[in-house]
Amino acid sequence: MTGQLVVHQAGPSVSVQDLGRPGNLAFGLSPGGAADRLAHIEGAVLLGQGLDCASLEMAGFGGEFELTADGCIALTGAPMITKLDGQPLVWNASHSVLAGQRLSIGSVTAGMYGYLHIAGGIDAPAFLGSRAAHLASGIGALLRAGDELPLGAADGSGRAGMKITVADRFSGGVVRVLPSVQTALFPAETLARFEATDFAPTSRRNRQGVQMHFDGAPFAAGAQLTILSENMIAGDIQMTGVGEPFVLLPECQTTGGYPRIATVIPDDLPKVAQASPATPIRFVFVTHEAALKAHRPPERYRLDVRATLQPLIRDPRNIPDLLGYQLISGAITGWE
Amino acid sequence: MADALPNSDPQTGFPMLRNVGFSGVSVCFSDHLTEAANRAALSFRARVDAAGLPGIIETTTSLTSAFVSYDPTVLPQGTLRDTLAALLEGEDWLAADLPENRRLWRIPASFSGVFAPQLEEAAALAGLTPAQAVDSIAGTQVRVMTLGFAPGQPYLGILPQDWDIPRQTGLTKNLPPGAIAVAIRQLVLFTTETPTGWRQVGRCGFRGFRPEAPNPFALRPGDEIRFDPVSEDRMQDILANDRTGNGAASVEDIL
Repeated sequence: MTGQLVVHQAGPSVSVQDLGRPGNLAFGLSPGGAADRLAHIEGAVLLGQGLDCASLEMAGFGGEFELTADGCIALTGAPMITKLDGQPLVWNASHSVLAGQRLSIGSVTAGMYGYLHIAGGIDAPAFLGSRAAHLASGIGALLRAGDELPLGAADGSGRAGMKITVADRFSGGVVRVLPSVQTALFPAETLARFEATDFAPTSRRNRQGVQMHFDGAPFAAGAQLTILSENMIAGDIQMTGVGEPFVLLPECQTTGGYPRIATVIPDDLPKVAQASPATPIRFVFVTHEAALKAHRPPERYRLDVRATLQPLIRDPRNIPDLLGYQLISGAITGWE
Repeated sequence: MADALPNSDPQTGFPMLRNVGFSGVSVCFSDHLTEAANRAALSFRARVDAAGLPGIIETTTSLTSAFVSYDPTVLPQGTLRDTLAALLEGEDWLAADLPENRRLWRIPASFSGVFAPQLEEAAALAGLTPAQAVDSIAGTQVRVMTLGFAPGQPYLGILPQDWDIPRQTGLTKNLPPGAIAVAIRQLVLFTTETPTGWRQVGRCGFRGFRPEAPNPFALRPGDEIRFDPVSEDRMQDILANDRTGNGAASVEDIL
């Protein structure tokens, strides 16, 4: 069973994503891939398919979609108001979709990036081993109304009616960082103030980076005024000297000349990507040992999420201790 | 964490090993651009690649640094740093030979008329006449010192000292792919249409990024380029007729 995903309407920033294409830094191409990698993995768990199956990343707003053949979808990442032929659909869950039904995905209710996964994955053309659009490099493109995307063979995957339980990563909070290439150029008191400062994303953001607002003096590196361009990675926090810093996301450039005060650990980068404007964020330095202990590579995260997988609606026949439940507590008579 | 090594220059602290977040280590040979530091970065990267350490995801270079992206769950940070320190030891990297597998590209380019809108301005900043400026650029065999900003886009150098000119403060809107622009003793050969602060002095038909090709990146770090001046007419002809992306360039291995 394969078919197509028809795009009737698309939000301003909807693109095909997967876990990106590492291996091309030397040619000036950053790995790219989903801004919230965890959400991509969660969709693969819900549909029981490989991490290489591409999903749709939707920044802020989804769109109107239709499948040309019966299929199965999953919704993960930032929750969005979603209806299938007018009936609300639950987030962090998988659902059956019949050919011709109208899937309507609206605004986010928290966070920034929602993900639509379809059993079999979106079979967009692969480039250097990945289907991910790298918009900054002109690889792939934002989706537009009228696009028809081929889908991969579902191979028996695609279990509808399942849900997962995941930790909140849409409310900002503490974000763990490690030293980056120029951290040592910042005076100790500047680094201490960096950790004590409340930051919040502004609306200046895209898949390359998120600008952060804060109150107070700029965080200036000492000694050097001009810094030779150095290699750069997602998670790096660029201090511009004047103005507001940027946290770099997966589609960032591969080199940059602004001093970087720290690098967000990969496990907390989705929290930054998903923080909507004005969501408070604090950066705190941790040791590399602590970061390693906290690190969950994609395969490990996949197993952890899979352990939370359960049916969306519990069938009473599948509840072994049904008789132990207080099924009538809280019942009211109706005339109170 | 910035670390000079036991054998680093006591004055400058270079070479310097620095951690970059969870999964990167940078080996920096200088805080300012020199031909020797760029050569050191290219050579050292080749040495790291040859060592074939399990857990290294990929390596790259910036102008004066080699960079290692690695998986700390496979290769502990300490082990990688010790290995890099050992590889650095006992060799004067600033005097190292360039790695093998490099190529020389001879690329026809026009430095006149519509293809050189800022040649006069750039030449004046360099204290040269436009003719001297073209002779200087075409007479220098430049090296791909690093690729970046856009996929496959080379930073080429190092030009003679005259060319230590700043970028313009304003941005030029949308230089075309193939545009050759100059600043700070370097040339950029643009691969995508992009606004820039570099001044356009020439144009060629060579495309550094070819997404439709089996090998989408035409150039490798360390490759060398010689721009052979051609007339405006000849350039128009190349741009109109070249379907390969090579822009009538020739290539040979550097032995």
